[in-house]
Amino acid sequence: MSRAVRFAPLVLLLAIIVALVWRLATPADTNVHSTLEGRPVPAFDLPAILPNKPALSSADLASGQPHLVNIFASWCVPCVTAVKVLQELKGKGVPIEGIAIRDRPADLADFLSRNGDPYERIGSDSQSQVQISLGSSGVPESFVVDGKGVVRFQQIGPIEASDVPMILSKLEQAR
Amino acid sequence: MKRLLLIVALVAAQPLWADSSLPPAYWSDRQLPNPRQEAQAEALMQQIRCLVCQGQSIADSDAELAGDMRDLVRRRIAAGEKPDAIRAWLIQRYGTWISYKPTTEPAAWPLWLAPLALLLVGAWLLRRRISMRAGQ
Amino acid sequence: MIAETGLAALWLAAGLAALQFLLMILGLRSGADVRRAMRSIAIIQGVLTLIAFAMLLMVFARSDMSVALVFENSNSAKPFIYKVAGAWGNHEGSMLMWLTILAVAGAFVALLAHRTSERTTTAALGAQALLALGFYAFLLFASNPFARLSPAPMDGQGLNPLLQDPGLAFHPPTLYLGYVGLSVAFSFAVGALLTGEVDSRLARAMRPWVLGAWILLTLGITAGSYWAYYELGWGGYWFWDPVENASLMPWLAATALLHSINVLAARGALKAWTMMLAVIAFSMSMVGTFLVRSGILTSVHAFAIDPERGTFLLALLAIYVGAAFILFAVRAPALKEGAPFELVSRESGLVINNLILSVILGVVFVGTLYPLFVEAVTGEKLSVGAPYFDAVAGPLALLLAVLVGIGPLVAWRRERRPVFKQLAIPALFGITALAITIILDSGMRILPRLGFTVGAYLAAASFLPLANRNPIRAPLATWGMALAHFGIAVALAGMAANAAFSSERLAVAKPGDILTVGPWSVMLADVTPTAGKNWTAIEAELRASRGSGAITLAPESRFYSDPPTETSESAIRTFWNGQLYTVIGKQDGSGAWQLRLWWKPFVTLIWAGGALIAIGGALALLGRLWRLVWWPWRKREWRQERYA
Repeated sequence: MSRAVRFAPLVLLLAIIVALVWRLATPADTNVHSTLEGRPVPAFDLPAILPNKPALSSADLASGQPHLVNIFASWCVPCVTAVKVLQELKGKGVPIEGIAIRDRPADLADFLSRNGDPYERIGSDSQSQVQISLGSSGVPESFVVDGKGVVRFQQIGPIEASDVPMILSKLEQAR
Repeated sequence: MKRLLLIVALVAAQPLWADSSLPPAYWSDRQLPNPRQEAQAEALMQQIRCLVCQGQSIADSDAELAGDMRDLVRRRIAAGEKPDAIRAWLIQRYGTWISYKPTTEPAAWPLWLAPLALLLVGAWLLRRRISMRAGQ
Repeated sequence: MIAETGLAALWLAAGLAALQFLLMILGLRSGADVRRAMRSIAIIQGVLTLIAFAMLLMVFARSDMSVALVFENSNSAKPFIYKVAGAWGNHEGSMLMWLTILAVAGAFVALLAHRTSERTTTAALGAQALLALGFYAFLLFASNPFARLSPAPMDGQGLNPLLQDPGLAFHPPTLYLGYVGLSVAFSFAVGALLTGEVDSRLARAMRPWVLGAWILLTLGITAGSYWAYYELGWGGYWFWDPVENASLMPWLAATALLHSINVLAARGALKAWTMMLAVIAFSMSMVGTFLVRSGILTSVHAFAIDPERGTFLLALLAIYVGAAFILFAVRAPALKEGAPFELVSRESGLVINNLILSVILGVVFVGTLYPLFVEAVTGEKLSVGAPYFDAVAGPLALLLAVLVGIGPLVAWRRERRPVFKQLAIPALFGITALAITIILDSGMRILPRLGFTVGAYLAAASFLPLANRNPIRAPLATWGMALAHFGIAVALAGMAANAAFSSERLAVAKPGDILTVGPWSVMLADVTPTAGKNWTAIEAELRASRGSGAITLAPESRFYSDPPTETSESAIRTFWNGQLYTVIGKQDGSGAWQLRLWWKPFVTLIWAGGALIAIGGALALLGRLWRLVWWPWRKREWRQERYA
């Protein structure tokens, strides 16, 4: 039995151990990111869900200035605190659009009155269709979309207070 | 403690505190009237990975998003779209991760070559064990 | 007090394991006769770990909440049997069970080993002790099952409701007995490589251990598959989930090892290959344990996600398997192989059997770890699932099944008789089955169709070895082999039937609606709330009939409060020709309910086949062990007759 054959199992084991050590050191990111970064927002046209809030369509996102699109829902627990951070961003002049996933008008109105309303428009996505077409996999998520309607950045999970500078800079870059 | 609950909830494939109050989408739990189309849809759903319960296909998952994706698949198949086109559309948005069937891209070639390679390596290792000369 | 006793026993056992290892080095180096000392130490070590495990069972049985593990995994409201089963339904407890089996197996090896020389037995026991040492360290330093909680809480956090199930309660012990049973093969291989005595005596010493471990693995995997089938609520029985693969890989290695050992025992050949397989089999067990506990692969089964413990296990794996591979590389040249085998011989057949099994093992291994490799190298995330494994492992398994019918007919050394003529009848069975499938369903996919064909052929071919001789006087081992191979055919038929003939009906129904699935008419009579010991549920009353007489089924959707979980309890009714499988899901907005109904003809053959395989193995084991008991007794009888 040649030396190559005899030592091959050991070499293979080494490669496997290295891969496993790498994986233990850099834990898998279980979030599935949208691949739309750098690509235009797919065309959509969502109905309004609240009487005093305009509906949202992809055309609204190609208006010439960058937008922050926030995918949320009234039944989403982390969204409660996330909305406060969105208020802060709104205060800094960021146009925030909302896509409400699987929501009822009454529940949504209640959510907004309790937690604040940073949204300019809210579209109702009652069967997650636009969420899926955007490559989003849960709530809350946010997309930075530039003035031409191209997706520039995706934030999975709530925007924390500490993320605000980063989001602002992404919005700057999207001008 | 919180982690344990999370793990347990994931194991039971039903994240209890993240459910909407709207009913499931129409086609998430109904079969298409055309059996051939339903079979196509079922086959495709078995190969699309669930984004929430990531160890299951959307055909086997109780998650709401999986239900909405099943609804999407069935509606598109009923409209005449080919399963491969729907799969490609999903891959365009989520990456190859979402398809349980490895694609034909170069990153997946070693997978498909593996059985043949293993067979050849094994046969070579054992080549001297069997005398191919007839009659000894 | 009980917990401390357990912990103390564990420490003592660890000390003895260290001593056992040192004795081995002493014995091998200096040639001193350490046999008796090693035997005593190994037995005491086994007894001590058994005591530790018994102590753990006791604190769970008594719901002693001052023990942290009991608090985290149990609750006084649990039924008694699940309180006890909760002892191993968690990371630390199952690790202690693993270690107990390891130590007790070592004790039995010390007691029973008689074929291998003193030196090899000593070396094997030393290797077993070294294996145990790493796991003692793991338990004592990183996963102490006996850690106390102070002050003791009033009641526990409860056991996962999914584990409150007979199938799942007893699935881990069966599997662990299998996984850890393979450690004996590993230790024997390492021991023999150290002493250089790799021969047929070693093979015969290892064989009952490999057989026993393999039988338990077969049972464990079959039971696990059936549990997933009825519990997860979607009618699937195998998902190629990483944890499932982690149990399949040792089984594949053990099956190959079982057959390779026969060649080593009969002809003293395939030495290097058999030793490597013995090392790989237990390595796969360790890889499986690592995968399940480290959380590096996404799986519905993973029950502990702790990278720190994962690192410890990985270190153990690297040390043990690495050392074994180095030993193999160094000692392999000393293993003298004989002349090559004749093309038409039992040995060649077994070589090809091993080759195919190893390729399947390799493919499953590659498929399971490939996403990790790709992400490490390119950063891309891709998924490998059932479509890949079915496409690759399926045809290989069918090819193997065809050869399984032929191999046992061929004689050792060289087959001169025209044995292949006997295969005419099985071939006829196969062709008939093929014709029937074409008549029944011309659109059937190729794999199920081949599954029926090969299954029918193998069902007949497995009994040919018995037909060649007087079946009554055939050794029990031959009966075992025939039954196990027949079990493969049965399982194949079941899988093919499930793939080809299952009818599925998904609908949203109101009470009073009637749905059809296969030959059945199912009416949703009522949906009512109900409750149990620690759960509430929505229960559907279904009335099903296929001609004469109606039966009632009551699937439930259950909500547990502690911890909050939702499970689906399917209602299944088994008939001679299939299973009616019913599930109730969620309510839609209009007061109607999701119903999932399946009629699965002959699906139970899958697990019946698995059980038959295990029973066949048990018969073979009994046959070999019986000879151990019967032969010396018979010899004594003859001696008495002669000198009477």
